[in-house]
Amino acid sequence: MTETYIKVENVRFSRAGRTIYENVSLSIPRGKITAVMGPSGTGKTTLLRLIAAQLAPDSGRILVDNQDVHTLSRTDLYKVRRKMGMLFQSGALFSDMSVAENIAFPMEEHTQLSHDTISQRVSDKLHSVGLRGAADLMPSELSGGMARRVALARAISLDPELVMYDEPFTGQDPISKGVLVSLIRQLNDSANMTSVLVSHDVEESLSIADHVCILSGGRVIAEGTAEAIRASNDPQVKQFLNGEPDGPVPFHYPEKGGDLERDQRGVAS
Amino acid sequence: MKPIVALGTSFLDWLEAVGRAGIFLVQSIFRVPVRLNEAINLLIKQLYSVGVLSLVIIVVSGAFIGMVLALQGYSILAKFGSEEAVGQLLALALLRELGPVVTALLFAGRAGSSLTAEIGLMKATEQLSSFEMMGVDPLRRVIAPRFIAGVICLPLLSIIFSATGIMGGLVVSVSWLGVHDGAFWSLMQQSVYFDTDIMNGFIKAVCFSVVVTWIAVYQGYECVPTSEGIGKATTRTVVLGSLAILALDFVLTAAMFGDF
Amino acid sequence: MRSKRTEFFVGSFIVLGLLAFVYLAVQVSGLAFAGKKDTYQIVARFDDIGGLTSRAKVTIAGVTVGTVESIVLDKELYMGLVTMNIDADVNNIPIDSSIAILTSGLLGEKYLGLSIGAEEEMLTNGEEIYDTQSALVLETLISQFLFKSDSED
Repeated sequence: MTETYIKVENVRFSRAGRTIYENVSLSIPRGKITAVMGPSGTGKTTLLRLIAAQLAPDSGRILVDNQDVHTLSRTDLYKVRRKMGMLFQSGALFSDMSVAENIAFPMEEHTQLSHDTISQRVSDKLHSVGLRGAADLMPSELSGGMARRVALARAISLDPELVMYDEPFTGQDPISKGVLVSLIRQLNDSANMTSVLVSHDVEESLSIADHVCILSGGRVIAEGTAEAIRASNDPQVKQFLNGEPDGPVPFHYPEKGGDLERDQRGVAS
Repeated sequence: MKPIVALGTSFLDWLEAVGRAGIFLVQSIFRVPVRLNEAINLLIKQLYSVGVLSLVIIVVSGAFIGMVLALQGYSILAKFGSEEAVGQLLALALLRELGPVVTALLFAGRAGSSLTAEIGLMKATEQLSSFEMMGVDPLRRVIAPRFIAGVICLPLLSIIFSATGIMGGLVVSVSWLGVHDGAFWSLMQQSVYFDTDIMNGFIKAVCFSVVVTWIAVYQGYECVPTSEGIGKATTRTVVLGSLAILALDFVLTAAMFGDF
Repeated sequence: MRSKRTEFFVGSFIVLGLLAFVYLAVQVSGLAFAGKKDTYQIVARFDDIGGLTSRAKVTIAGVTVGTVESIVLDKELYMGLVTMNIDADVNNIPIDSSIAILTSGLLGEKYLGLSIGAEEEMLTNGEEIYDTQSALVLETLISQFLFKSDSED
């Protein structure tokens, strides 16, 4: 149907002796919103870090726009990363810069644009996330939802081809969630970007995703359109979507030899 | 067999850690700034937070240490009837040892720990990853200005420490204890040599500055990005930094003044 | 991002550091920045230099007029050969002057003291003072004293 933008092929990844992915293959179509879902600790964030080549797989390869990101030189990798924007779970705004400086930073770093052009584009980006009035605030003065919207404006400041969202809905109130959902949809459609969304918020994710992958136990257990996923009869998928406490994913933490439980967040490259 | 294996393992681990830290140091120094103007701005900011903000503690402790040295030195030298030599004692002790060493220890506690905590927190809040994702090298953007600022500030602080120490000692010995000020200065000037004493002290301070700042930024960069991990890394900066200063001081003293 | 206030403090900090450095150099080590003064060299041979070091002062009537440049062993005569730099404006040292190794205070440093002779002819660059008095070595003094009091008995 549509062209594939990111192709993950037979990726095996382990860290500190724990296998996180056994053999993961999935593809992310260009110009669509793809949601990667799964229970906590299945390495969803790890997947984003692998795509951005902040982590390297043990075997297998990842193609972004037909380039194997893990064989690139440092300079080439940085060039590819300029086409990517990433919204981190914590927002990751630079705490020593104001909101406007945060958004201007990637442009100042990578473009030769004049100061006036940059400030014009900063206010455009802020306008698109509805925060033009917050330009001069410091990140510490923002609420969680505002910080995430500023981070989103920064992620798209270079008009990337790919935006990756790491748990964009976690810890947000219902209104912020709604704002983010519509922003992600809008941005994706208006700028023809490819979006990858990592989340365990089932409703929000299914409501905007064109394409859904569900990861569990180091494997892809389901892949398809949102409707196809909702209609799935796979017991694991059903347990996850309906939030049943016990099922194929056990309620009890395995006592020994389990290796897929620990939360992955925060272990940076 | 077992203890030997354990010894080998821990030695290799240690070697690997030192190697990684060494590569880290080289990488962060030899990253060429992309925009010179921005690099200078970043450096000035760090010079402020690393140097200017450490000034008060350095000046106050320098003055007090100089005053204590003068009091102690006077009471001992008075027994030999050579109170005038207190200036000589003060200057040599401060320039050769106390200036560089105490400044470096205070620096590890004041500036080193805050560097580690700041970088650690940037890592925990994914700011470092964020730089990487934007194709901006965090070593160049975050680590290099902090490292260079540390290396510039510590020697300057050490000189300021020695100077205030001597002034503090001057006040105590000349104004309070009544040492003749002409004799105070002339005995000092006779025994203090610019190249062996002042320059060697300065070289010590430069060596300490590299080691302390290196430890501080490396601990921050490599810390486990949790609140506990940052706390541990900060403690490690102060402990490892202080031990490294004292051990290095012995080696440098032996090399510089050993043949006297 | 770059505030004038920060810049001002950083600038003041660096100036303060440099001032402290100059203070240490000039006031504490007595370093003269006037550059190297014009000097001429004279030499002297001593039986025992007894702890004299290079850069020790050379004085006339207690006033410093030069420094010791080097001390080496004269292998033929088995004496300590001391080369010193004398300030060029002190150009009126008679050739029959004598020189002694003295100690400042009981535990102080060794220095050289010149005693002026009576000749009309003055010392010039590279010439030697022949009338030298070695350092007083405490052990020698004590043994002399004992020997003397022995013989008086």
